[in-house]
Amino acid sequence: MYSYNEFDEAFVRTRVAQFRGQVERRVDGSLTEDEFKPLRLMNGLYLQLHAYMLRVAIPYGTLNSGQMRQLAMIAETFDKGYGHFTTRQNIQYNWPKLPDVPDILEALADVEMHAIQTSGNTIRNVTADHFAGAAADEVADPRPYAELLRQWSTDHPEFQFLPRKFKIAVTGSAQDRAVIAAHDIGLQLVERDGEIGFRVLVGGGLGRTPMIGKEISAYVSQADILPYCEAIVSVWNLLGRRDNKYKARIKITVHEHGIDDIRARVAERFAQIKPSFSGVDQELLAEIKTAFAPPALPVRGTDGFEAAKDANPAFRSWCDTNLTAHKTADHAIVSVSLKKQGATPGDASAAQMRVLADLAERYGHDELRVSHEQNVILPHIAMADLQEVYAALRAVELATANIGLISDIIACPGMDYCALATARSIPIAQQIATRFDELKLEHDVGPLKIKISGCINACGHHHVGHIGILGLDRAGVENYQVTLGGDGTQDAAIGERAGPGFSADEIVPAIERLVLGYMDLRNAPEETFLQVYRRLGMEPFKSVLYPDKIGARDAA
Amino acid sequence: MAKQFTPKVVTANALLSGDAVWLTEDDRWTGYIAEAELLMDEAHADVRLIEANMRQAEISGAYLADAKATIHGPLPTHFREDFRTRGPSNYFHGKQSEA
Repeated sequence: MYSYNEFDEAFVRTRVAQFRGQVERRVDGSLTEDEFKPLRLMNGLYLQLHAYMLRVAIPYGTLNSGQMRQLAMIAETFDKGYGHFTTRQNIQYNWPKLPDVPDILEALADVEMHAIQTSGNTIRNVTADHFAGAAADEVADPRPYAELLRQWSTDHPEFQFLPRKFKIAVTGSAQDRAVIAAHDIGLQLVERDGEIGFRVLVGGGLGRTPMIGKEISAYVSQADILPYCEAIVSVWNLLGRRDNKYKARIKITVHEHGIDDIRARVAERFAQIKPSFSGVDQELLAEIKTAFAPPALPVRGTDGFEAAKDANPAFRSWCDTNLTAHKTADHAIVSVSLKKQGATPGDASAAQMRVLADLAERYGHDELRVSHEQNVILPHIAMADLQEVYAALRAVELATANIGLISDIIACPGMDYCALATARSIPIAQQIATRFDELKLEHDVGPLKIKISGCINACGHHHVGHIGILGLDRAGVENYQVTLGGDGTQDAAIGERAGPGFSADEIVPAIERLVLGYMDLRNAPEETFLQVYRRLGMEPFKSVLYPDKIGARDAA
Repeated sequence: MAKQFTPKVVTANALLSGDAVWLTEDDRWTGYIAEAELLMDEAHADVRLIEANMRQAEISGAYLADAKATIHGPLPTHFREDFRTRGPSNYFHGKQSEA
């Protein structure tokens, strides 16, 4: 993976020193909160309901074991012993004290990490497919390009005061695991005539006005991708609606101007700036690519793997749900669930982080990933080692066999922490997961993505959940709206609102009716919730969600 | 007829910890809303908010929150403000663990 050069190191250390001075001046009263707020946000420090929150960038979700151990150390030393992995592949600490934050940033710098541009109207952490470099279906590893974009966007002088925040995601596979269609720019690596290039989407996003990204170019070459992205951001930087923050994202600009107009403007801007790209970016890219050379994976065979599965049904179940095909036949990609039923989605204790680090170091070529679905990935595990890995995970409650199932729920922090939230998300996720565990139906239900947001900003990606839940404040009471049919993959779709919302007491029974209703509606156990929804539409699901209303209508 | 004023408390986040605090009648910042000054008059509430915001070395982001009088002192009327008196619901952290 990429290592900091002297420039990166000096830049991050300088920012830590600057922020240390800023915190000192805030604490001694020289800076007011109004003066300090933009400075702390530039360094990822938010103020929430009960405490500060520090959002630490994990570029394209990639960590080594030393970095994961440092995250554990920070959780234990400066927080309450845990961290929260987010839908943008970052980690958030919910309880830092203001005077400690410079020391936390220093500790992050010690392992080549930081919290820069995890807030504010800048280009945020560039995310990528969490199976990058390991997936069997990959055209190429997207992370070198994500790293190039990270370097380009970090402290980019033209893009520090954009109309709004800006998010870029990159996937190397046709099967989109990075939700690129819900990003301001979505990049998909494609191959044309033996050359790797990019299909470019623009104007996707969730929030209060969800939009699926539109294709602005079917193919941009590697040599052109950086100036092309710069042209997109540059065009939007001038056109974007600074008069209204709710209309400032590029999705609105694309919607208002039309994709053809934006494409023409980007082409014009690209032609202007392309000559200024002297080729340095391509030299840099070549260097970065060497840092992402795939690990040497010795042939290990699969001896004992099938026998171990036969001997241990729990291990078999975990293998069935939590493994993904690796590009080498005798390795697997392990998804470690941070969604034990009843636990907080995305949270990991310091002890769990250390076990993950140890496993990555011992069995996993020192690589870990954070997925946007708030799980942790061990991308290169020999199948011959899976039993040991499973046992170690199980010892720290990290062996839940539920990846892609109903309890593998994305949930934002909601009103348990977030100052923007309008309702809680976490307790709803906990209750749904616990309920279906009690019913012992999870594996019978099959693939189902529930995503919960505690406000319209949609950090919990509810718009692209097969079942989306949006928590709102309705006349001073928590209320939960249900959307159906959303999809965050290459077939991206925005979920459709089912009808009136449910109270906090009603929402879990409503989800239970919905899921049991789906099981009655499906033609075969293999027909997924999303497939049934696409086949039958909203009406039969409405009938199970709102039985009283249907009954009343029938009686009328 | 003018709309009746809903009683308020001045609340903020403590500068160093970020935890929720409320302004008392004797100008202390307290971690217990029950000790807060319940502001029954709009003009007085506005003055108290201005005074609170001048204490930048102690707190951040002061604002007026709706509250109601009880025999135990002021209590929140909205669930968001109620959560701020306790802490999160997923862990026994925050104020609920310190009481």
